[in-house]
Amino acid sequence: MKTLKALLLPAILLLAWEIAMHVKNVQSDSLAAPSQIAIAFKDAMLDGTILSRTAETLRAALLGLALGGGSALILSIILGLVPPVARLLQFTIEVLRPVPSVALIPVAILTLGFGYGMEISLVAFSTFWPILIYGHAAITNIDEQMLDLAKVLRLKTFARITKIILPATLPRYFVAFRLATAVSLIIAVTVEIAANPLGIGYELMQASQSLHPDLTFALVLWIGLVGWTLNTLLLFAQRRLFGPAGVAFGIQQ
Amino acid sequence: MTPRAKVLWMIGSVCVTALIVVAWQMIANYSGIPAVFLPGPDRAWRALVTGFTTGDLTQLSMATVERMIYGWVLASLAGIVLGAIIGSSKIAREYVAPMLEMVRPVPVSAFMPVVIAIVGLSGGMVLIVIALGAIWPVLLATVHGVSSVEPRLMEVSRSLRLGRLQTLWKIALPNSQPDILAGMRIGLTVSLILAVIGEMLTSEAGLGYHVLVAARAFRSADLFAGVILLGLIGLVSNVALQEIERYMLRWKQR
Repeated sequence: MKTLKALLLPAILLLAWEIAMHVKNVQSDSLAAPSQIAIAFKDAMLDGTILSRTAETLRAALLGLALGGGSALILSIILGLVPPVARLLQFTIEVLRPVPSVALIPVAILTLGFGYGMEISLVAFSTFWPILIYGHAAITNIDEQMLDLAKVLRLKTFARITKIILPATLPRYFVAFRLATAVSLIIAVTVEIAANPLGIGYELMQASQSLHPDLTFALVLWIGLVGWTLNTLLLFAQRRLFGPAGVAFGIQQ
Repeated sequence: MTPRAKVLWMIGSVCVTALIVVAWQMIANYSGIPAVFLPGPDRAWRALVTGFTTGDLTQLSMATVERMIYGWVLASLAGIVLGAIIGSSKIAREYVAPMLEMVRPVPVSAFMPVVIAIVGLSGGMVLIVIALGAIWPVLLATVHGVSSVEPRLMEVSRSLRLGRLQTLWKIALPNSQPDILAGMRIGLTVSLILAVIGEMLTSEAGLGYHVLVAARAFRSADLFAGVILLGLIGLVSNVALQEIERYMLRWKQR
């Protein structure tokens, strides 16, 4: 019943769109009827362009996420364990973080040229900050008693990280990585649309510029579907793995 | 921590940033990387000074900031109004909200080619895309805030026989102010990003287009000056909104 209600409005809108396109007999370079979009989607899916282009985008997004997220993970642990370092780097972080990642697109083009390299580094830059901030917050919020326990047990630094800190903060890191995954896809597609001749974003730009509205719309829907699927899968994993723990920290969405 | 220690740490962390800038200068001077790729801070600073004395950078920055703010205001107003309508009506929550959830994960930049095809390459297209992108955080925050008013407050509105508009205006919206302000802050960040991207795609005058052209012409000093300015715009707007948030929510801290 709930899903029926949810699907009603989109169905009506799609139907109205389809009918309007036929009644007015629109022949447009910028609009396409839902049926045409569906056909264009089927064709592009069958000849493999969509899937191979999506693979390129996902490769860049996930490698960038691994690079940016990985280094943010390490730095956040250092910041969390050694507060003086956190205090000393605070100003630098506050100054660098608000730089809009897309402003760095030209810098990346200039220094790295087109290709995977620039896209991966831009994704890395933009996923670095949320994970650093969430991760640092997670570590500073660890229960004092757990840290006392580590002291009582005389754990070495490495054991303290692997046995106390990482398990205690894992749910929050997972949430941070989930949010950063969405960011990585957005940045990858944006970089492709703005500059990089690679991936699904470039395919989308090509379709739009060669006046194929049916394929353009199909690709936009597809990109949305990919983003939605990624997020849903990770959300499912988060609920399965951590239950309410992942949500209990007040990080919603 | 005593206030004095706090100030000392703050000074220390500013010194670290200064050290990083010095290191950047050293690398630019002695590492042998050509200045075409990595200009030192001195060159970037000179580009900033010339840009502001001739007034070019002032104009470009104003253009970008204007675009960002117009799009943001548009998105915030639309987001609050739509969010209030959807959040306060059970029917809208059941029928409309799920569709919004479906549209939300589409990266807004993916809509750009569509909007370009329909509206054309113009400043209007950039505004539409900014508004489209920045509306989500505000809209969803408002829906959340308005639909999760404390039951007791709703009972108050019922016993006072407030109409739906009055309930919204006097209870639900003030109650969701923290959510809305937080959403608007995210929306402003999104606006800046989309303004830059939009300028790059449409070649509308602004810092986004400026940095792209500078990179293509290998004028790296201008490029870095532009990036620094954009970072500054991001920083200042974020801090300003944080202060506004703190001022407007001062009733909450007590």
